[in-house]
Formats: sequence, C-alpha cells, structure tokens
Amino acid sequence: MAIATEQALPRILTGIGEEPMAELESHLDVHGPLPDLRRWSPEQIISVVERSGLRGHGGASFPMATKLRAVASRRKPKILVANGTEGEPASKKDRVLLRELPHLVLDGAAIAARAVGAGEAVIAISDVDERSARSLELAVDERQHAGLRGDPQFQLFGAPERWLTGQESALVNVLNGGPGKPTFGPRPFERGVRQRPTLVQNVETLAHLALIARHGADWFRLLGTDRDPGSALVTVAGAVSAPGVYEIEHGMPLEELLQTADGREPLSAVLLGGYFGTWLPGAHIRGVRLAAEHLAEHGASLGAGVIVALGQSACPVAETARIADYFAAQSAGQCGPCTNGLGAVADTVQQLATGTASAGARAELARWGKDIKGRGACQHPDGAVRFVSSALRVFAEDFDDHARHGPCPRCSHPPALPATPIPAFPVAR
Amino acid sequence: MRVAVDPIQCVAHGLCAELLPERIRLDDWGYPILDGEPVPRELVGIARRAADACPTLALLLEPDGK
Repeated sequence: MAIATEQALPRILTGIGEEPMAELESHLDVHGPLPDLRRWSPEQIISVVERSGLRGHGGASFPMATKLRAVASRRKPKILVANGTEGEPASKKDRVLLRELPHLVLDGAAIAARAVGAGEAVIAISDVDERSARSLELAVDERQHAGLRGDPQFQLFGAPERWLTGQESALVNVLNGGPGKPTFGPRPFERGVRQRPTLVQNVETLAHLALIARHGADWFRLLGTDRDPGSALVTVAGAVSAPGVYEIEHGMPLEELLQTADGREPLSAVLLGGYFGTWLPGAHIRGVRLAAEHLAEHGASLGAGVIVALGQSACPVAETARIADYFAAQSAGQCGPCTNGLGAVADTVQQLATGTASAGARAELARWGKDIKGRGACQHPDGAVRFVSSALRVFAEDFDDHARHGPCPRCSHPPALPATPIPAFPVAR
Repeated sequence: MRVAVDPIQCVAHGLCAELLPERIRLDDWGYPILDGEPVPRELVGIARRAADACPTLALLLEPDGK
C-alpha cells in the first residue's frame, strides 16, 4: 500500500502487475480515495496545479494550470476531453494507462472537469483500441455503481486511428462530427466541442493530476528537476531487449534508462521525443538527463515520451526516408505548404537514400525546412521537417555515403522506427 | 496592421504576392510566405485590396499585437 509521503517511483505505475488495478477496489486500496471535490473551489484546484508545475504529457509540454485557467475563465458551459488517442505509432504509454489504470485517468478527468466547470468529460481513444474501450467501460460502470461523488458525466468516444487524430483541433473536429482534420481559427479553449470552451488534456497528464490532488503540489515536486518536476511515462523502442513503457523521474540519465531497457548493441543514435523529436548522436548519450532544461541544450524535449534507440546495424538514411514518407502520407491534405512540401521533402530524401538526388538536394531540403515551418493550420509540417533536418545533421556522413554510392547493406535491416500502416485520410473524390 | 493567411482556405492563386510583394512572396508551390512585419500606413489600402481580391478570402488583415 502506498503512503502519502512516499517519494520513490513508481507513482503512476504503482500496483501494476501486483494488484488488479483496473478494478475500483484495488485502485482505492492502493491510492486511497480522492478528496471530496465538492469542497474544492475551481481556483483552489488550479492553484495547486500551478504550484506543482505539472505540464502536459501529450507532446507540447504546455503548463496545465495556464490551460485550465484559459478554459475556466470562459462563460459558457465547458467540456473536458481526455485525449487517449495516441496516434504516434511508437508510443504505448497512454494505452497502458487506459487499459491498466483507468481509474487514475478518470479521477484526473473528474478533477480537471471540476477545475474548469465542466459537467461532461469525453474520454477519446482510438476506435481500434478495443481493450482500452472495455477497460474504461467497466471502470465507468463501477464508479456509477459505487456512487462516486464528484464524477462528471463520462462518455467514451472512438476516434479514427491516425497520426493527426490526437491534434487538439482535429480531435475537436471529429467529436463535432467532422472528418478529424485540424482547423484554423478559434482554438478549442475558445470554441470546441459543440461550440463550447473545451479543455483537451492528455490522459497521462490527468493521471498525474489524480495523484497531485491526493498528495499535494509539494509531494509532486519531491521528484524531478526545478523546471521539470515529477515523473513521466516513457515508451522505449528500437534496439533494446526490453522495449516498453517505463515510469522515470524527470532528470534521470538517458544512459540509465537505456541500460534498464537492456540495450543490446552499440547505438548510432537515440531519437528523443518521438517522431517530431530530435536525434541525439550515440557519442552524446553519456551525460544527457531526461528533463526539459537539460534536453533543451541538445535542442530536444521529451515530448510525449517516446525514445527510440537506433542500433548500429540499422541504416539511419533508410529509416529517415521511411518516416518522411509516412509524414507526407499522414498529412490532412488541407494546407498547401504541408501537402506539397512534405511530399517534396519525402521524395528528395528518398532520392538521397538511393543515390539519385541532384547535387543541390540537401540545400533544397534546408530551404524547404525553413519555408514550410509555421505555415500549416497545425504543427504537423513543422514536426516533420524538424525530424528530417535533425536526421540530415546527425547522420550527415551516412547521407553523404548514400548520395554517392546509393543504398547500403544496412538499408535492408528490418525497420527500427515503427510506422504502423494506419490509414491516412481518405482521398477526396 | 498585419496580414495573415488561412492556410486551409488558400489554394495558391498568388494574387496577394503580386499586389503586396513588400510583405508576401511565394514558395516553390505558389503558396504565400509572409514576412510577419507590420503593414506600413502607405500600404494599408493595397493590403485591403489584396485581401478583397483573394478568390478564396484566405488573406486576412489583423490588428497589430495579435
């Protein structure tokens, strides 16, 4: 049984594998009951969140308190959307949470709903994620039967499984009956689901909130660094023998995490922060700590917590070409700079990989990288060109080699970066 | 005043760059790239005309500081 003052890890993952944590009884045994929310004013909740320093775990690391305030200050009735759609093929942590620890997510959703004044909470997951759907349905049922006080009206929603589905405005769009494409104009906190001010929050962020409500802001800050307090769920993939979801303290050395996940070969690089993230060369792994302020020195962030180890037996050029293709295919096809730009970037990277590119190909990629950035309705094009330019920088020698001599023997290595062939948007007409 | 583009509405007619080259150039695919600078007083009339001329009404005029 966990004690309120306990500092050690795990926090979120407490009880997993030991107790049937998906059941309300075990959840309450391990974490204790949630404080009676009706005795907390919205502002009290928001100020605890503010003092905790909790940031979003969906990728953008936005301070949660700022977001709560933006929604809470609007006049109309609000809606909460717990975002568990997890469109990134390499990420697994939200699924683990939804399947194994649904009550932690629902607790957090109840608190966030209370903080912004929302009577409804939509839990959005991928429509092919049946295990999470089942676990959440059972959990919501259990809570209703137990008569948990302070719960909002929960509603489950299956959104199309796609890279872009989890993007805030795209998720609001699909919840409003649209095709699930990002929108331009009012942001969800202004006008979201059914025109109401909408708080969209990643499910892991809500799970942290569930623990902060129980133990307080100071407890939360016992782990982590000054700028990046608390713990985080990360998904480790690639050249490790024990890939999967781990809970880490912010500030943990990357090397230690890779050892825990049992790195099985020398690494040429590590991708930090997922596919919209940054490559860290293998030689720079030592000394890197997994906290915002340390990662910023390497131009990286933890994002949604995806860390992919690229072994020396894999070809970084082939991997980059494959993911560049995937990004182009996952574009919503709405904005010209994204539709045309990502296609051109993917084609050119492919030409570099096969040794058929023109002499000016890399200069052109660099120019496109600058031109494309910031010109879509969402950040999809920005993330895609960041990934490619990071790869061109870190793997410059490999790209040189391919540009001159074409594919290398490592190009046929099985893909290290998963790119689940999840359907892109249906082509219009 | 500044100019902005609704990237979803824009279909690269390119009139804006023709009318307001001081603030707008086109990328390799004909879509406008804005330099983000304010529109000086003497160009405000032209900027308005450019916004009106856009066939998809994708060119937007915004007050400064937004």
